[in-house]
Amino acid sequence: MARATSPRRKVLTTLAAWAVALVIFFPVLWMILTSFKTEVSAVASPPQLFTADWTLENYVEVWGRSDYPRFFWNSVVISVGSTLLGLAIAIPSAWAMAFVPGKRTKDLLMWMLSTKMMPAVAVMIPIYLIFLWTGLIDTKIGLVIALMLMNLPIIIWMLYTYFKEIPGEILEASRMDGASLWGEIVHVLTPMALPGIASTMLLNIILAWNEAFWTIVLTTTKAAPLSAFIASFSAPQGLFYAKLSAASAMAIMPILILGWFSQKQLVRGLTFGAVK
Amino acid sequence: MATQSSRLAARLMVAPSVIVLFIWMIVPLAMAIYYSFRLYRLISPDRTGWVGFRNYTWFVNSPEFWLAISNTLLLVGGVLVITIVLGTLIALLIDQPVWGQGPLRILVISPFFVMPPVAASIWENLFMHPQNGMLASLAQGLGMKPILFMESYPMASVIFIVSWEWLPFATLILLTALQSLSSEQLEAAEMDGASALSRFRHIILPHMTRAITVVILIQTIFLLGIFGEIFTTTQGGPGSASTTLPYMIFKQAIAAKDIGRAAAGGIIAVILANIVAYFLMRGIGRNLDA
Repeated sequence: MARATSPRRKVLTTLAAWAVALVIFFPVLWMILTSFKTEVSAVASPPQLFTADWTLENYVEVWGRSDYPRFFWNSVVISVGSTLLGLAIAIPSAWAMAFVPGKRTKDLLMWMLSTKMMPAVAVMIPIYLIFLWTGLIDTKIGLVIALMLMNLPIIIWMLYTYFKEIPGEILEASRMDGASLWGEIVHVLTPMALPGIASTMLLNIILAWNEAFWTIVLTTTKAAPLSAFIASFSAPQGLFYAKLSAASAMAIMPILILGWFSQKQLVRGLTFGAVK
Repeated sequence: MATQSSRLAARLMVAPSVIVLFIWMIVPLAMAIYYSFRLYRLISPDRTGWVGFRNYTWFVNSPEFWLAISNTLLLVGGVLVITIVLGTLIALLIDQPVWGQGPLRILVISPFFVMPPVAASIWENLFMHPQNGMLASLAQGLGMKPILFMESYPMASVIFIVSWEWLPFATLILLTALQSLSSEQLEAAEMDGASALSRFRHIILPHMTRAITVVILIQTIFLLGIFGEIFTTTQGGPGSASTTLPYMIFKQAIAAKDIGRAAAGGIIAVILANIVAYFLMRGIGRNLDA
């Protein structure tokens, strides 16, 4: 809505908007600042936004005390792997539902979403046992499968809303030219849907990276990602705020930076068909 | 437009996702149903047998049960109301012409990238801690006693933290909807002398119905299973004051090591989720003619 506004009004709304944004962002900022303080100044009262004794000591110590690179690598493999596997299964499904809809397509979509409503805790023991019996426990492939299944309904729904926006005539034209179904997907649909697929991918990498139930329940050491890393730093009793903050920053920074840089694609992808 | 063969092909392409999701849902569910009728305690694994509905009756008659149900609904409802109301206000604000909209959006979206255990621990330790938290220092600075957030207002604190996590999601979806609104319509209404409030009520709000529906649907799915935030902060306490249904099940499984009762609780949670889903689809599903 680009409407002409008086400069005075623009200044006021800018100030208000920035104030709100800073309040929302403040906890993250405070955590990052605290991670560079000494433990003493981290709990100083009154709180100090800036201190004189900035230090990298906390990062050095957290890095030395735990195997951060392994946790990090596990997070990368699990979130990217589950997203790619999910896309491989979801793209054909979403394509079919968008372009060859049946009477039951909408019900099917809703059913898929409803599988996500089952609280994870409710099936924790059965899934733990299944993973134990099949040897998937504490393996990266096990978590890739679990998180893929968890996010699959979201992936399908997002892709479906994108594919819906692609005009069917284009597909009919390519069909007239004798393109096979697969050829249609690869050469016509995918290029058009690429922005949609990209934002679906981004959102799901973020969801998988931040998943903190199955990643903790189904791993012990080998496959544990950053959510488990941070769980081991919890319960500081007020004594280790700076180190807790440093560990927290290390756990969220990779995805925070990815999110900041891909913000535009992500926001476009976050609509879930909310905008027609 | 669909021919016989393309219909068959479409079925085949949908099949893999339906099959894997069905297995992922039905196998654990069947196992949970089986365990829910069995005596199965990890502290006495030799004593097994069928117990009929006894696990269910224990769960439902437990003094925690109705509190857990109402806490679960309170959490879902509270977070929905807070995120949608604040999200709408913030979206309206950011949608105005302002300087630095890009960086502004980056700041607002940031909580969404913070994983739940970190979000919970930042709030609990750096802000709400009664001795060292920033809010305690602020209260002391103002000459007041620090609020014991997790002891005195456990549910409110959890709802607050979860709302902070989900506010960006709601704001962004509502903002996108707002930006797709044609400005001509608003300008025409403004020229006709419609007040800002009536413009919001009659033009903006109806336009955002679909977006609000999506926010409710997606958030409810995630909020019904909220667990990590409670585990990190209040552990369901003090007493059972902030125990939700998922947390009550967790306590049965992990603390009491009673798999049978936990499974019965799980089935109850699934039933509750289905009831919520039913009303959700009934009430708002028609806004979503996909």
